[in-house]
Formats: sequence, C-alpha cells, structure tokens
Amino acid sequence: MSSSHVIGLTTPLSVKDVEGLRAGDRVLISGIIYTARDAAHKRLLSLIERGKSLPFPPEGQIIYYVGPSPAPPGRIIGAAGPTTSYRMDPYTPRLLELGLKGMIGKGKRSTQVREAMVKNKAIYMAAIGGAGALMSTVIKEAKVIAYEDLGPEAIRRLTVDQLPAIVVNDTLGNDLYEDGEKRYQII
Amino acid sequence: MRKISAKHLTEVIKREVIAANLQLGDDMIEALRRARNIEESEVGKEILDKLLENAELASANRIPICQDTGLVVIFAELGQEVCIVDGDFTEAIEEGVRVGYQEGYLRKSVCHPFTRENTGDNTPVIIHLDMVPGDRLRLWVVPKGGGSENMSALYMLPPSAGWNGVKEKVVETVVRAGPNPCPPTIVGVGIGGNFEKCAILAKKALLRPVSEPNPVAELQAMEVELLEEINKSGVGPEGLGGRVTSLAVHINMMPCHIASLPVAVNIQCHANRHREVLL
Repeated sequence: MSSSHVIGLTTPLSVKDVEGLRAGDRVLISGIIYTARDAAHKRLLSLIERGKSLPFPPEGQIIYYVGPSPAPPGRIIGAAGPTTSYRMDPYTPRLLELGLKGMIGKGKRSTQVREAMVKNKAIYMAAIGGAGALMSTVIKEAKVIAYEDLGPEAIRRLTVDQLPAIVVNDTLGNDLYEDGEKRYQII
Repeated sequence: MRKISAKHLTEVIKREVIAANLQLGDDMIEALRRARNIEESEVGKEILDKLLENAELASANRIPICQDTGLVVIFAELGQEVCIVDGDFTEAIEEGVRVGYQEGYLRKSVCHPFTRENTGDNTPVIIHLDMVPGDRLRLWVVPKGGGSENMSALYMLPPSAGWNGVKEKVVETVVRAGPNPCPPTIVGVGIGGNFEKCAILAKKALLRPVSEPNPVAELQAMEVELLEEINKSGVGPEGLGGRVTSLAVHINMMPCHIASLPVAVNIQCHANRHREVLL
C-alpha cells in the first residue's frame, strides 16, 4: 500500500516505535518476523503455562498470522498472505504480557486483545488478505524453527523486506476497522 | 453407454485444482476492475489495485493467488448414460486432488476436527453429485477458503419473517463478518428447501460467473436490492472502509416446508476460484 505517509519499521520493535504509530498509518516492515497461527499458538501457550521457554523470545517481536503454501522449486516461499486473526485472540494477551510488540493478520480483534495492546504497548496491523502471491515477494528468507509436524502451521522465521501493512489497533485503543466503516456507512 | 475412465477423471481434477488456485477467473478480474472504478476510499482503491496485481503475479509466477488453497468442493452432474470405468468415481476425484495439491505446491488445509492433525493430502473432498439426463459429465471444481466459510451462516426463519426477514439476516451476516472474510466478497444465498438443501443452494449460487445476471427476473431484483443494502454498510475492501463490501449477491431459491423459511448465506472471498469442465 504505497502512499505519502509510509513509515518504515525495523524489527525488533521498541515501546517508542509502537507508541509513535496510529491507527491508519501505513507501514513497511523489514527484518525478522515469526509466523504462527492456530495450532502453533496453542503449543506456545502450553509452554508458557508449564514455565518453559518459547522457540523464539517474544520481546519486541512481531508475529505474522500466516500458513504459507509450499515453496515451488527455486522460490523461497509460496503464497503467504494473512489469515483471520480472531482465532488467535484467546492466546494473544498472554503473549503481549511477555513483550510481543506487534501482530500482522486480518480482521477484528476481541476487546480483551485490544485492552491488552493498550496495557502492554503493542500494535496490530492488517496486511491484504488474499494477496498471497504479492506478499511472497517481500519474503527474502524462510526457515522452519519449530513444530515442523504442523506443516503449514509450523513456526517459521521470516526475513522480510518492506512488508506492507496498515495499523489497525494502536496503543491508544483506536480501531481502524470501526473508524473506516463509520466513515463510509450510509444510514 | 459412454465410458469415462477413472484415470481421465483424476487427470482432469488434478489439472483443474492447480489452474483454479493459480488463475483468477476473468469474471473476477472484471468485477475487481469495476469495483476499482466505483470505490471512493483511497485505501480501498489501493487494495483493489493490489488484488489485481496479485492475480497477475500469481498467474505469471505460478504461485497460488492465496495461501489458503482451500478445501476442495466438487459439484458433479453425471449424465445417466455415462459409465465410469476402470476405477471408482469418488476415489478418482480424491486422487486428482491428492496429486494436484502435491504437484501444484498447494497448501494442504484439511485436518482432524479435534486433534487438528493434517490429513496430509487435502482429502477428503466434498462431493455433491447429481444425476442428470445425457451422456456428459459436468464438473465444477471449487477450492473454498476457510476464512470466508467461517463467516457463513444458516437460519431457519419462521414463514412470517418473509422477504424482510431474509434480507435482514443476509445483510447482518455480511456486515457482522466485517473484514474477516476478505471483502469485497461474493454472497451466495440459498432460500427455501430444507436445512441441508438450503446450504447447498447457497454454495451452488457461488458457481455462477460474477458477470452473469440471475436468469430469473424476480431473483435478479432481489440480488440488486441485497447488494445495495450490503454496500451501504461502509465495510469496504478488506474491511477498512469503503463503498464496495460485496461485488455480487447470487440467489438460488426453491420451495420449502409450510412451517419453514430456511435461508443460508455462504460468503466467498475475492479469491473466488471456480472452474467448470464438461467431459
């Protein structure tokens, strides 16, 4: 999403990085991000409950909700667009308490997650759902680091270069989905 | 009797699941272009541009349009003068999906409901088989994504609800789904039948090319009315606000029990993949 107000973000993110962002800001994310969706989140939470360490330290990191399609020969990854985020809501507040700073997905988050983002200073960003082929072009490296048995749901460490996203929920509690819908609603 | 070999059927299914996932249909490209002209939101316009670019890139680079390459739904109209030889009809289709998803580098997205263990080959396939006159086999190959399927719903309304009740449920379902099913969507609506038939009517409504009007004038008018209502919501492309929440509403209707008014809403994301083949 190219536009005049595009903010470059490099991981890991600091509190200052996320506090400076507002719902509606376009961002281009570069650096390392981690993939996790339903099954991986369940396992991460089980590790946290048992006091074990996670496959990656969540402090300052971004989780991208994605289950990519397999990489064809000669390619780094297959299609890799975002999956719907609400399914990760039950697991998210705990990860935010551990210092997770950002999430990339699509779709609305629960009140609990939104409150946890305000409390723990974190942001939620949307990527274009269904633009999997386009998203694969910004991924420069992909490596499974945990849960290989989960196939598409394994945790991958991705190196991304200018991954385009838009801030939906900021640290002040704003929500771009609510604002956007209201703006174009015809009553 | 005309013979169609199971092996041929497997080859066709293999080819079609790959093609469906790599090439967005012309009807959808055209619909997205039209939406681009109507959309007023700047973000919405950009998204529609990106979706068109994505479709081009997928086809050029031979990678799926969307990473969710779906649970495969097959609608089959089998002519009663056709005989499937040298194999089993269902197995032939499942083998086509198995091989297609492997060779086409498509994501295997089918798992056990509770253990969530992946079946590993994207089977089973959901097959709807109708027997029809003639000696042909018509197939629709529809890989259906989970995100939009999750936002779908079925309601058993009282007959007193009438058209207004149906309208309210359809609009409510689409608007409540908001950004989740990747708008702009196609909305398949089934009205009548019974509990399971109504859902199948809704899904089957999605097979109609987006550019084609409903051949039944009464239904066509209902579709226009529903689309207008939905697009007043402001949900817009990807739910970020805008004029185009849905690209089309498709209705299938049939008589129902005197006690019922079933209505099913099957939401389809903009990666609306459906291929039709006639053997």
